[in-house]
Amino acid sequence: MSIPAPAPQHRRQRYFFDNERVLGPLLLFPAVVYIIALVGFPLILAVLYAFSDVTVGDPRIRGTENFVGFENFRDVFNDGVFRKALRNTIVFTLVSQVFVIVFANVLALVLSADFHGKRLVRFLVLLPWTTPIALGVLGWFWMLDSVYSPIDYIMRRMGLLGPDSMFGPGRNMYWLGKSDLAQAAVVVVHIWRTLPLATVILLAGLSSIPQDVKDAANVDGAGFWRQLFYIRLPLLLPIMAVATLFSLVFTFTDLTVSLVLTRGGPVNDTQVLSTWAYFKGIQGGNLAQGAAIALFLLPVLIAIAIGMLRLARRSEND
Amino acid sequence: MAIVETRKITKEFDGGAVKVVKDIDIKTVDGEFLVLLGPSGCGKTTLLRMIGGLEHPTSGQILIADQVVNHLPPRARQIAMVFQSYALYPHMNVKGNIAFPLKAANIDKEEQKRRVDWAAGILGIDHLLDRKPRQLSGGQRQRVALARALVREPNVFLLDEPLSNLDAQRRASARDELQRFQHEIGTTTIYVTHDQVEAMGMGHRIAVIEGGTVRQIGTPRDIYEDPADTFVATFLGSPPMNLIPRGDELIGFRPENFHLAPDGGVDSSTSLSFKLTSIREEYLGSEKLVYGELEGERTVARMAANADVPAAEGGEVTLFVDNADLRVFDRESGLRKESAPATIATGSGS
Amino acid sequence: MATLPPTQRFASEGSGRGKQFLARTVLYATAVIFSLFAFIPFAWMIMTMFKTNNDLYNPRNNPFLYNDPPTLSNLDLLWNDTSFRTFIFNTFLIALVVMAVTVIIVVPAAYSLVRLAGRWGSNLGILIFLVYLVPPTLLFIPLTGVVADLGLQNSKWSMALVYPTFTIPFCTWLMMGFMRSVPWEIEEQAMIDGYSRIGAIWRTVIPVSIPGILTVVIFSFTLTLHEFVYSLAFVQSSGEKTVSVGVFTELIRGDVFFWQSLMAAAALVAIPVALLYNYFLDRFIAGFTLGAVKG
Repeated sequence: MSIPAPAPQHRRQRYFFDNERVLGPLLLFPAVVYIIALVGFPLILAVLYAFSDVTVGDPRIRGTENFVGFENFRDVFNDGVFRKALRNTIVFTLVSQVFVIVFANVLALVLSADFHGKRLVRFLVLLPWTTPIALGVLGWFWMLDSVYSPIDYIMRRMGLLGPDSMFGPGRNMYWLGKSDLAQAAVVVVHIWRTLPLATVILLAGLSSIPQDVKDAANVDGAGFWRQLFYIRLPLLLPIMAVATLFSLVFTFTDLTVSLVLTRGGPVNDTQVLSTWAYFKGIQGGNLAQGAAIALFLLPVLIAIAIGMLRLARRSEND
Repeated sequence: MAIVETRKITKEFDGGAVKVVKDIDIKTVDGEFLVLLGPSGCGKTTLLRMIGGLEHPTSGQILIADQVVNHLPPRARQIAMVFQSYALYPHMNVKGNIAFPLKAANIDKEEQKRRVDWAAGILGIDHLLDRKPRQLSGGQRQRVALARALVREPNVFLLDEPLSNLDAQRRASARDELQRFQHEIGTTTIYVTHDQVEAMGMGHRIAVIEGGTVRQIGTPRDIYEDPADTFVATFLGSPPMNLIPRGDELIGFRPENFHLAPDGGVDSSTSLSFKLTSIREEYLGSEKLVYGELEGERTVARMAANADVPAAEGGEVTLFVDNADLRVFDRESGLRKESAPATIATGSGS
Repeated sequence: MATLPPTQRFASEGSGRGKQFLARTVLYATAVIFSLFAFIPFAWMIMTMFKTNNDLYNPRNNPFLYNDPPTLSNLDLLWNDTSFRTFIFNTFLIALVVMAVTVIIVVPAAYSLVRLAGRWGSNLGILIFLVYLVPPTLLFIPLTGVVADLGLQNSKWSMALVYPTFTIPFCTWLMMGFMRSVPWEIEEQAMIDGYSRIGAIWRTVIPVSIPGILTVVIFSFTLTLHEFVYSLAFVQSSGEKTVSVGVFTELIRGDVFFWQSLMAAAALVAIPVALLYNYFLDRFIAGFTLGAVKG
């Protein structure tokens, strides 16, 4: 009644794919190839570009005659705009992240409580993250319009703007036309954009604090503030680090906010590394210089990656 | 029907750092119910998984029906296995689960249906065929898993603690059913468990495994009455065998082998007397367990519930054990000594 | 949510109703303020898209009111007089390819990393996840060269080729989480029951992982819709553009902004994507927390 054993000559072939040592690498192969070909290789290419004289019209490195040593880096560094962009990238990132972490903690605490309309609040608060970034920034662009900004309208109605007023005498603030206001706008939009991500990560952390820990604190008579500072925040630290690292990466490397909102202006005062790399490399056609500029993102990314690895290790060992 | 045999089979993990199974030789009898019994982590499940083809032995050979199967994947071994978790396919109903092995063998639809009905009938789950696994109780799941194993008409059944997920009551009846079922089908069965009651009650033979090696293999009676070493002696039996050191030997006897002196006195040439200092008594209804100290060793005696033994702490009683019930082990190695040593004859006076 | 309601938390402070009322007020006020901050740009988009030119471009009008009755003519312009439909079509076409490529590559890779690769599998998994952190802004310049070399410059297929570079790392990580929760035994049982390893995977692991695969599909789709940098760098002609880049070119003609239609385009894409994303968000976050939060 039993099913006959297969003929021996077919065995080797028939059982080849049953072997874990064959199947494991085989299944992984396409993913690894894709990543090496379209992330690993371009990353190396970025470094090669930065030391070469390639352009959009002629993107090929043919031989040693294309290599120009540190010339690109020298040119890039001697350019005042680059130094502005580097400084802006760092300042925008740090300032917005300080706000993001504080606000995200507050917001996560709010969303972990029970109240009417919580689902709606959650949906609204998450909108900036779930929207395609370029389109979200476009909304801000229109809100901060030089003539039709509704904020200006409110200020005029409140007597803050216009002739003989605090911010007068002009009828408009020109939010994106003045350096300090434009810089502030970029930072605010970054906060608007990354706050939801940090919040939901923290929220996941909050809900993973075991109920018995909270119960024990309640039984011990610990009040709200005591619980917050002695239980929630310390237990939340690792997850806060995760949230911070992610929002750091997204803010630090972002191109869209500055590009859509201000195109780097006014007078390059909101230029960041990635916009400057775009203007030089793609719009200006100088791929080599663009690559050299973008490479300045790399050290920070490596530091963040190491931070991530450490966190992952730690959570694995727990 | 087939004989399963392992020859010097060894399994190492982490490149030899951990040896889970060491040189195990086991050979079943055709149609036998063989139980692999041992504490958790002893290597019994790994051994079973190697027989099933889910784990590759580091060295040694596995034979099923006289054919070396080391290089064969599970599907080519003609075996059926029931996992501890039953491993029912959550996305298929009961019918789909049972028919699944038949589909693999390209058996036509009508024959599939016939065999599913047959297996479901044997296990009494005909009425559950359209349910999903999550709608079943633990006992029903176990039957479905058995039915699925049955329809293949395999050479060998491999069962990995299939009763451990059942509650105590259900487990007793499942034990009975499983044994009758195996008797009817007559297929060689290898059954892994850490529960000695299951092992004693169900196995034709038991292989006691510890530390990756077979300590003893034999019928339940052999293993209980003639343990090969002190591990087997203390792992089986509840409470375990008493072991009293004498020189470089250990004298072993079961708690139930103690008895009080009969009215006519005791023949000191056929039995040995001990003075037991009672510490505590456990009343179990039909019998009682007397915990005490004997020559400085913790000892248990199983007595009739009305036996005249002092219950109070510190009470002393003299108890006898027939020489025939005494087992002697080497103190160093723990291994059984065949000949009755001289120390027994000298009695407790030493 | 396994948190105590605030009434209970604050009650332990012990000073009764006044304090409780204050706490609730603070809670609602904070919720409202953050909701407004997040939502106002969208509200403004929706408000704007139905306004007539006369209404919108008169600085004396109150911008918070419809001084002229709302109109659908801006939507009509967007739909019929621009390449908006082409952008949508391109986006969906690219997304479809990206979804297919991602699923085909990610499912076997995640399986391999979880089941077959042993200890270094989880390390390699983390490594693949870190690839997700390599930003488009670092890669778009060399990739522009690569795309040109392949003859795909100014073609939507360049995006179909490149987008999996960010969907694969993230979705592999997501999928690994799902695969870990599939019980080993059902697959081993299938092998015992007579199937080859691949057969067992196909018949047990894949069907049980359908929710995970669905999540991968959704995220490949939303990440494709979100992408801006590559699209901006690779493609110039509007017939090949995606929505998030296309609307900028067609509705900003020189210095003239077609604001209502721009806002309509933004809202029409943003809101459905946000709804879809929101529905699957918990799974997305599970990926982000790197296992530091165990459900």
